[in-house]
Amino acid sequence: MTEEKYLNAGLRESATFDRTAMAEIRRAAQSGIYDIRGFGAKRRLPHFDDLLFLGASMSRYPLEGYRETCNTSVTLGTRYAKNPITIDIPVTIAGMSFGALSANAKEALGRGASAVGTTTTTGDGGMTPEERGQSTKLVYQYLPSRYGMNPDDLRKADAIEVVLGQGAKPGGGGMLLGQKITDRVAEMRTLPKGIDQRSACRHPDWTGPDDLAIKILELREITDWKVPIYIKVGATRTYYDVKLAVKAGADVIVVDGMQGGTAATQDVFIEHVGIPTLAAIPQAVQALQEMGMHREVQLIVSGGIRNGADVAKCMALGADAVAIGTAALIALGCNHPKYAEEFKKIGSAPGFYDDYQEGKDPAGISTQNPELAARLDPVEGGHHLANYLRVLTLEAQTLARACGKSDLRNLEPEDLVALTVESAAMARVPLAGTQWVPGQSF
Amino acid sequence: MRTVDLNEAAVRDLNQALHDQSDECTERDWQVLNPKGAHNLACGLDQNLSVEIQGHAGYFCAGMNKKATVTIEGNVGQGVAENMMSGVVRVKGNASQAAGATAHGGLLVIEGDAGARCGISLKGADIVVKGNVGHMSCFMAQAGSLVVCGDAGDALGDSLYEVHIYVKGEVKSLGADCVKKEMRPEHLEELTELLNRAGIDEDPAAFTRYGSARQLYNFKVDNAAAY
Repeated sequence: MTEEKYLNAGLRESATFDRTAMAEIRRAAQSGIYDIRGFGAKRRLPHFDDLLFLGASMSRYPLEGYRETCNTSVTLGTRYAKNPITIDIPVTIAGMSFGALSANAKEALGRGASAVGTTTTTGDGGMTPEERGQSTKLVYQYLPSRYGMNPDDLRKADAIEVVLGQGAKPGGGGMLLGQKITDRVAEMRTLPKGIDQRSACRHPDWTGPDDLAIKILELREITDWKVPIYIKVGATRTYYDVKLAVKAGADVIVVDGMQGGTAATQDVFIEHVGIPTLAAIPQAVQALQEMGMHREVQLIVSGGIRNGADVAKCMALGADAVAIGTAALIALGCNHPKYAEEFKKIGSAPGFYDDYQEGKDPAGISTQNPELAARLDPVEGGHHLANYLRVLTLEAQTLARACGKSDLRNLEPEDLVALTVESAAMARVPLAGTQWVPGQSF
Repeated sequence: MRTVDLNEAAVRDLNQALHDQSDECTERDWQVLNPKGAHNLACGLDQNLSVEIQGHAGYFCAGMNKKATVTIEGNVGQGVAENMMSGVVRVKGNASQAAGATAHGGLLVIEGDAGARCGISLKGADIVVKGNVGHMSCFMAQAGSLVVCGDAGDALGDSLYEVHIYVKGEVKSLGADCVKKEMRPEHLEELTELLNRAGIDEDPAAFTRYGSARQLYNFKVDNAAAY
């Protein structure tokens, strides 16, 4: 019987115990272990699709789409660093580790980012020569595990990102399962081959914001105050975290919403911890504005950014730039339909694949299997990523010009309205057609 | 010997002067006066220097050290020699928590006691403590060795990987997956060499060895109670 026939026959499926919930109960009963997977939150959340731009009309003056310039460059790290970074487009590549990703994938990310003048970022496991070699502007993540961490690489970086958390798992550490631990990955992380590599959830040598201020000074001393220092937090108590990060001395703050991706985390963690990116940005901007630090300490936002509209909406809400991870992997070929048959063999399908932790990615991205990894040509992948980044930028510029803005950073909350009460409350912009901002007016 | 008096110079000036030696070494012997517990002293060195700090130092003293020999004639704060790559750091007094955290190489000697989490996430360095160490020492430590001539606090070696731990005194408790192990000749030899390098006169035969049972290396649901 087809699904329609079930319904016509009066059969009713539970909204509470839906097919996904039932499948998970069966899986848990069978395995006795929680589900670990990659990707980000898959539940429906208030997101940028719930916002719309108010294009110019009588009361606003638009810019000519193909004639008048709309600046996209942003300088990051102007607060303390001797050498701030200027990126040509306000879209950066988020931290993803060699280990979680293949060396070819890391190289492709570096190539794509470099082609359009933006940054890419290392991840848990340290800096690879391929990545440094292909990234003209590379941000070095300083993580709790300190896998592969060494002062030489620190000094090679164009910026340092102190990672306190990520949107997919704020408050959680990491796990790289043994099947992805090749000789090279094991050597970089100083651990035996084939074991599960746990990444700590807290930094080993400091606790709390007062200690972090001293840690940041240490990093500045070691790099002779040359490079910007970012602090990355998973979006939770964003207002307070941003204030503490500014106080601790950050040049740049990265806020990663709960739609942000991961290579391997418990499903329960991904889906039930953190707040949506949409809700985090106004909190962060409020904190910066109250401290007189908005635009002085730059704000990078990540988590679920897919297109130029998302980029423009983040910037209208007050971000200086965005970071993409999952979208960048999709641009490289992650979840591509051409691998449908191979996905089927491993019990998945294009558009559904999230078992990055297993290392069997048919697209050759989230794997250390040499045969699979060879499927991704880093030059071609880099080209695709660069194309995608250009499209994001063009789309964002299109929207900004329509709002009469000659710089993406001139977009403002006043340019936005919300389609739902929830998104209006979170983004702190009026419900479309009204002056009502829930929580701020009646 | 070049002397830097921190009553007159800033920490930044000291560190920059020491870093400048990486490109061209003009002075190998350095003395730091009046440190007064300042943080981040002599961190990020990358040259075969000898630095003597005449007093107490704050957090992250000699952090990420490479090649240099740094001696602190006093106590140190949190994270001394954190992420050290090579060289020698010697603390004549006591060290606060996370001494030698994540250090990849080199030798850290603490002549007094070390606080909690000594050698946390150790990645290949050797640490010799003449006194006691606090709780959770060598937590998630991966490679290298820790020698404790006194006692160790609770949860020693919790979630340990391949670090060799030698303790002469009492161990209050062992952490998850850390077990007492047989002291074979190669371990006595290793311990003797470590004590000699640290300049500490102890009988290696009086120590007990601890290491990983390797039961938590791969996630198993049967071990759920240990997580």
